[in-house]
Amino acid sequence: MGELKLMKGNEALAEAAIRCGADAYFGYPITPQSEVIEYLSEQNPYERTGMVVLQAESELAAINMVYAAGAAGKRVMTSSSSPGVCLKQEGLAYIAGAEVPCVFADVVRGGPGLGTIQPSQADYFQNTKGGGNGDYRNIVLAPASVQEMADFVPLGFELAFKYRMAVCILSDGAIGQMMEKVVLPEQKARLTEEEIKAKYPWALTGRKRGTQHRVITSLDLDSARMEEHNRHLQRKYDEVTKNEVRYEMIDCDDAEYVFVAYGSSARIAQKSVQLGRAEGLKVGLLRPITLWPYPTQAIRNLIDKGVKGFLSVELSCGQMIEDVLLACNGRAKAEHFGRVGGIIHTPEEVLEAMKKQIIGE
Amino acid sequence: MAEITLQDIIQPENLVYEKSKLLTEKPFHYCPGCGHGTVHRIIAEVLEELGVDDRTIGVSPVGCAVMAYDYFDVDFVEAAHGRAPACATGIKRVWPDKVVFSYQGDGDLAAIGTCETIHTCNRGENITMIFVNNGIYGMTGGQMAPTTLVGMKTATTPYGRMPQWPDGTPNNGFPLQITQLLAQLPGTRYVTRQAVFSAAAVRNCKKAIKKAFQNQIENKNGVNFVEIVSNCNSNWKMSAVDANKWLQDNMLPVYPLGDLKDNFELIKK
Ligand SMILES: Cc1ncc(C[n+]2csc(CCOP(=O)(O)OP(=O)(O)O)c2C)c(N)n1
Ligand code: SF4
Ligand SMILES: [Mg+2]
Repeated sequence: MGELKLMKGNEALAEAAIRCGADAYFGYPITPQSEVIEYLSEQNPYERTGMVVLQAESELAAINMVYAAGAAGKRVMTSSSSPGVCLKQEGLAYIAGAEVPCVFADVVRGGPGLGTIQPSQADYFQNTKGGGNGDYRNIVLAPASVQEMADFVPLGFELAFKYRMAVCILSDGAIGQMMEKVVLPEQKARLTEEEIKAKYPWALTGRKRGTQHRVITSLDLDSARMEEHNRHLQRKYDEVTKNEVRYEMIDCDDAEYVFVAYGSSARIAQKSVQLGRAEGLKVGLLRPITLWPYPTQAIRNLIDKGVKGFLSVELSCGQMIEDVLLACNGRAKAEHFGRVGGIIHTPEEVLEAMKKQIIGE
Repeated sequence: MAEITLQDIIQPENLVYEKSKLLTEKPFHYCPGCGHGTVHRIIAEVLEELGVDDRTIGVSPVGCAVMAYDYFDVDFVEAAHGRAPACATGIKRVWPDKVVFSYQGDGDLAAIGTCETIHTCNRGENITMIFVNNGIYGMTGGQMAPTTLVGMKTATTPYGRMPQWPDGTPNNGFPLQITQLLAQLPGTRYVTRQAVFSAAAVRNCKKAIKKAFQNQIENKNGVNFVEIVSNCNSNWKMSAVDANKWLQDNMLPVYPLGDLKDNFELIKK
């Protein structure tokens, strides 16, 4: 059993990074996630585990430090919030092309542009559909509690190294800033040089004499090889889609109408389900935990079981709704509801939207 | 007297010069006479002499040297345009015992990557930075670089680089002497400007590059920075010979050769 603590989501993420044996964190301050680098600096992980914590000159520099340190076989992460994550897209495209493992957290705030420092879920498109150039995907995990902020760091590293790709922990200002009880795992040791060399033969550790030197690059000017590289990436993404979809269902067994919500919106929609059930409405909640790969099949199964309509609840003007609509493919009604600008919807207005937009009279 | 055949000459005892073992068999894609090839050779020789090939990690830029990783028989990562210093920082921080170097052109290091360059130098990362200044964007077909000389014609300054319009309105700006700037930063240990247009220059350049790697191996901090004033004969639209002559007459007055800083001390001229 781990250690029980009361922590902010951002702090839990940082503490989990130290405990899971991360080798380095490279970041740049931005509200509402500066606690990550502040907490790490305060904990002095260089002395606790030897973990490197570096405040970079920009998010651009930070993600490129992550790219190369990840290419060198180390467990590295970064975190930021929306405008900073825009700057990270360059590095994320290189990371995808060169197949480098890493974890990054986006504690989303409102946009576009400098927007607001209040919570938002308006960067769903950016993180689930790409944002950098090229045909690529990142695994996107959506924590809905401080506990999951901590749990998804080791999970993120596991997936990142299993598939050699970036894993995004897509949080928001509410989950990052709120305090909850969290059970922290035992401290794990960082991998030694020998362990890294044995586990990750692709990692840049200095080529052994008499063996082929290693190159980590996203470039190949040979069209046939580049096409094959892209096909290889797609096969990998298919594999991820087959194996790694994660979601939670609440009161969906007999549901006729289902809220689809992730992160902080899922916390609110969960309350809306309780309120609806108290009124005798057969409502449930589908909470995607992976936003990519998306639980498309879970939605289709619900339709097969008789669900007539879905309300996608997001702190955005309607982004995840596109994936819900794709899953429904016209077989069930689906609409979006969400407040923006830093306003957080109440359970009552979410239930009201379900009644008005989906259930009807 | 018996005639001497070629076979008689190709004998181990007659060997005076050979390709470094740390250069792969892949033919360089560089234009004949371009400085990139010479600089590659020097780096390979130095790494071989220092015996650190099994713990060296290089970072290649975006520019003509983007595929430097094909030519060096050491581990390599290819960086985004301008981010090689950030990449080198990332690697060196997690592998402090490895020998890490970045290799960049002037557009890469002094335009799009200026921020990463300055901050990497200012943090005093214990790395070696190689900077090939040919005063132009070679790879993309000869556009103006931050280091392009005043009056120099490029694809984007077809009438010559003009820092300001005749009425004083800002235009192309001035040649950026980034190496002088970096020498001012407390994080740089060794800053030098070299060239490879002649045998003597190559010898000096090799000494400097060797020192820039030795410093890294012997110390815990401080950037070791080597600028190489080089030619881009293709985009300068000159023969290699003419380009090297032009370089001496025009580039060196603006980018004079020699050490700017040694052991954290600025060198008074
Ligand atoms: C983000 C980005 N912008 C622009 C380019 C196009 N580009 C490739 S190389 C280059 C300039 C390289 O010039 P320099 O660094 O001087 O290297 P050289 O080829 O002269 O050695 C540019 C602008 C790119 N690849 N990526
Ligand atoms: S284009 Fe210029 S810099 Fe590039 S290889 Fe040719 S001569 Fe060298
Ligand atoms: Mg150049």
